[in-house]
Amino acid sequence: MAVDKFPIEAGHIMMFARSIGDANPIYYDEDYAKGTEPGGVVAPPTFVQASAQFDPDYFLRPKIGQEWFGSAKGPTGITPKEGGGSGGGSGGGLHAEQHYVYHKPLVAGDTLTATVKPGKSWEKEGRRGGKLMFSESVTEYRDLTGDLVVTATSVGVRTERPATS
Amino acid sequence: MPLKLSDLSVGDVYSEEVCNNLSRTQIVQYAGTSGDYNPLHSDEIFTTQVAGYPSVFAHGMLSMGMTGRMLTNYVGDGRLTAYGVRFTAQVFPGATLTASATIDAIREENGEHFIDLSVSTQDSEGVEVIKGQASARVDA
Repeated sequence: MAVDKFPIEAGHIMMFARSIGDANPIYYDEDYAKGTEPGGVVAPPTFVQASAQFDPDYFLRPKIGQEWFGSAKGPTGITPKEGGGSGGGSGGGLHAEQHYVYHKPLVAGDTLTATVKPGKSWEKEGRRGGKLMFSESVTEYRDLTGDLVVTATSVGVRTERPATS
Repeated sequence: MPLKLSDLSVGDVYSEEVCNNLSRTQIVQYAGTSGDYNPLHSDEIFTTQVAGYPSVFAHGMLSMGMTGRMLTNYVGDGRLTAYGVRFTAQVFPGATLTASATIDAIREENGEHFIDLSVSTQDSEGVEVIKGQASARVDA
């Protein structure tokens, strides 16, 4: 996802670490973190995924004043289009793969930018969900000096019908 | 603590239980911190009645994040140079997951030492939910 300004905030790192069940004090205790090799509070390896919070257009976050496809009075909040389909849907495919390359530690207090390049796309015949359509995107996260911090490659898959394992 | 080259051999395995009886609330917690509010992960009514799945399920990135905890506990903080996974099966509430890393190779590059790991996370029935690889810098 493209983001102009992704502040790496200590409170966000603490909450993110809690949500993945990681009690390592390097994610919340500055005094402890000072004595470690990175020398400060760092972000967990998958933290850049949370840059979605700073993408104003991220489609998997409800927007003020707009319909949301999750349930409300009915099982989906999307008003069916006239003569159109049933509304709702699976919300745009599933995440098939995620790859990170780490160039330097991601430290609380940093600010990153994220730029996205499209990658390959391909199709495969699935066992349970019909045809599978894969597409890749590559996100480069850089700090304010322009140094590459993390390269993230994401592969998404769309299925013709829900694929359960 | 970073790993030391002299203590390592190809084939070494490190593993940790990374969640026990995964709660819907933890999935909601992850939605809140990551910013991915896809209702497939928290909205049982939408997920069963509209999307057609048997239940809400965890973000793949939650499983990858929990598996990453096992990796950083093993190789030390700030030592990972690469980490990538495929999401091979969905993780539903109630899952108990064990993540493991196996040393595939030990190598030297420009005077620094690295290990390459294969990564696997399985549920309590032995179904693999994450299959991946990682690399980390180790001390000489």
